[in-house]
Amino acid sequence: MSDHGMFGARGTGDTSGYGGLAPTAASTGSSERPYGSYFDDVADDLERAYPLFSQAIERVVVDRGELTLHVKREKLVEVCLILRDTLKFEMCMGVSGVHYPADAGRELHAVYPLLSLTNNRRIRLEVSVPDSDAHIPTLVEVWAGNNWHERETFDMFGIIFDGHPGLTRILMPDDWQGHPQRKDYALGGIPVEYKGATTPPPNERRAYK
Amino acid sequence: MTTFDPYAPSRDTTEGTVYSVTGGDWDSLVQEIGSTKEERVVVNMGPQHPSTHGVLRLVLELEGETVTEARAGIGYLHTGIEKNMEYRSWTQGTTFVTRMDYLAPLFNETAYCLAIEKLLGITNDVPERASVIRVMMMELNRISSHMVALGTGALELGAISPMFFAFREREIVLDIFEMISGLRMNMAYVRPGGVQQDLPAGAIPKIRDAVKLMRKNFKDNTTLLVGNSIWMKRTQGIGYLDLAGCTTLGITGPVLRSTGLPWDLRKIAPYSGYENYNFDVITADTCDVYGRFLIRMNELEQSLRIIEQALDKLEKLEGAPVMVADKKIAWPAQLALGGDGLGNSLNHIREIMGTSMESLIHHFKLVTEGFHVPAGQVYAAIESPRGELGAHVVSDGGTKPYRMHFREPSFNNLQATSAMSEGGMIADIIGAVASIDPVMGGVDR
Amino acid sequence: MGLEEKIPSGFVLTTVEKLAGYMRKNSLWPATFGLACCAIEMMAVGSAAKYDISRFGMEVFRASPRQADLMIVAGRVSNKMAPVLRQIYDQMAAPKWVIAMGACASSGGMFNNYAIVQGVDHVVPVDIYLPGCPPRPEMLLDAILKLHSKIYDEKLGSNRADIIKEVELAAMNAKPTIEMKGLLA
Repeated sequence: MSDHGMFGARGTGDTSGYGGLAPTAASTGSSERPYGSYFDDVADDLERAYPLFSQAIERVVVDRGELTLHVKREKLVEVCLILRDTLKFEMCMGVSGVHYPADAGRELHAVYPLLSLTNNRRIRLEVSVPDSDAHIPTLVEVWAGNNWHERETFDMFGIIFDGHPGLTRILMPDDWQGHPQRKDYALGGIPVEYKGATTPPPNERRAYK
Repeated sequence: MTTFDPYAPSRDTTEGTVYSVTGGDWDSLVQEIGSTKEERVVVNMGPQHPSTHGVLRLVLELEGETVTEARAGIGYLHTGIEKNMEYRSWTQGTTFVTRMDYLAPLFNETAYCLAIEKLLGITNDVPERASVIRVMMMELNRISSHMVALGTGALELGAISPMFFAFREREIVLDIFEMISGLRMNMAYVRPGGVQQDLPAGAIPKIRDAVKLMRKNFKDNTTLLVGNSIWMKRTQGIGYLDLAGCTTLGITGPVLRSTGLPWDLRKIAPYSGYENYNFDVITADTCDVYGRFLIRMNELEQSLRIIEQALDKLEKLEGAPVMVADKKIAWPAQLALGGDGLGNSLNHIREIMGTSMESLIHHFKLVTEGFHVPAGQVYAAIESPRGELGAHVVSDGGTKPYRMHFREPSFNNLQATSAMSEGGMIADIIGAVASIDPVMGGVDR
Repeated sequence: MGLEEKIPSGFVLTTVEKLAGYMRKNSLWPATFGLACCAIEMMAVGSAAKYDISRFGMEVFRASPRQADLMIVAGRVSNKMAPVLRQIYDQMAAPKWVIAMGACASSGGMFNNYAIVQGVDHVVPVDIYLPGCPPRPEMLLDAILKLHSKIYDEKLGSNRADIIKEVELAAMNAKPTIEMKGLLA
């Protein structure tokens, strides 16, 4: 909680809402050891099994009781193979894309929640790529269930997964232009007409930050 | 006219070559013909089809009756819910999220609210009565969802009566939902911080009667299908998917439990107080459609057990709050109906207009602006009737979600259609898809 | 269409209209077009003992649109599904009717965004709009009964041509919603 309290204006102090929604940059900075609960074991095991740990893992963040490993995309497949085989993270819960347009050079993030059935542990991997070169190596060879998830992330964000067996649109029609869930893609609603007035669609209304 | 020898091994006709086989020649003939690919047919079981559970498109490559390739096409129900939620406040998100997996609306809401509560850091401040109500409503929802799964699954395999029995049970559960939350489906009842309003007077005895009635009625379906030789022939050995297949495809829920692994998030990573309830995790070890059917039938009884324990707890917690105590988050106005049949109760109006300035301000700011959630990202997972339902919520400190992504179980589970159906017959695909129980609203979001 | 189209207007035509209307409304066969949450309420209407649709002779939800008279569009129609919807509608044989069930089918509902068609009347002509999210089964039965009375009153032959002319003229001269003033004018 900030020192303003839960309500109130931040930044410019404009509470009218006509400023629209302005996205903020993602937080940076790494957590420090000890991480707590099983996160230290995971980090130690990974370091032991993967000597190039410091080159591959950019940041380790422990927040709200969850561990996030920020991985470089070049080493992603190696790290995942070790996580799956040595550390027994058998299941990957999918790919979730996030678009941070304010984070120059690292706009598109792909988030992979992992689950270990044997140890009942959960961690999260995050890969960041720039908008200009949105390529991530595919993880279909490691966890086959990521097939449709990577297609969805491509469809919605435009991240291209190199090596995917069939990277096509899955949720939108095959000939759709644009990637809908990016922040620079408009919501696409139409104004609703009433007698003598219209209500603009949600992305054009006045909104609180 | 050439002489016509009906016993020649092969002869040419206008329709192609006709082979005559006797006795042991059959295998060699089949091998010879099997190498040619002329007999393959591509069939589209299109998005509008009575037997594909919703708007699912199956593209099948058939060789006679055998399926050689099966591909699922989805996206016909994509609603853009996740992007739409980025323009609505955190509480308004509940109404959107409810409509993703429309057979289990309370599970969607609970996963979303658990994620928000984790981000807010109030997971331990949610009142116990609210958690117990959430558990009871979720288990009721599990019953109604399994009833639709059983009913439509049986209907697709040709059995009509189970559908009537199942929907009759579902009506009992929907009446309870209507009594408690006002709506039969898509209730938007679970809110961040608790539930929208407390149970009405006289609800608990009514629910107890309903539980008794359901226990009696479940026997109709059980006696009809379990042990029924036709049903067993249609479902045993069909849709086989073992543990290795499940883990690599990321499949959870009854499909994973049918391989023998007792993986149920309610026991393994309990949320909302599930560790305080006595119930069993049902598994089967046949990895087939019949096993999953038995799992769903038996989970109904376990859900009834949990509901009875929840009712006992609720009787003890009479009068406790159902919303978190922090007034800057709690949705205002426990909505007992006002005098005109709508909206806020007169007591609340009296309070905000007459007594407490803070209440008025909180009510106003919460409804117009909404509460702020500190920045960060969180993944909260619960056990929905179909598997693990995960909410990945990213906040940037504002009143609206920055990014909200749901990891729906049906999305992963549907990827197993190819593994389950290739090599089988067309009729078995229907059974396999019915046992996966996909809900296309969740798949496409 | 048929013989009834060629009857000259008068007593015979009105009697035939009543007879044809009576027959048509009492054996409407719906086509399965359940998409999302409204489809579950439609299934409840079709099967549950409480809201029995077979008392109107309509429990046979035909899978093939060629055998169906009524298309109940139940649920949200996405942009990917819209051509499929139109194709199913085209495959139905006249006379055919459409009920837009639910808020999403009538107007796009709560999903005012890139993915949903804002009202199926952009794709198919709709006879009855049924609001609700989802509408209760009783509301769907009420919509069906209103459709029944609409079908009963449908004109044929030359009467029909007259009505179509009138309706078109009214539509051309109608004020669009945004120019109506409501109660404040």
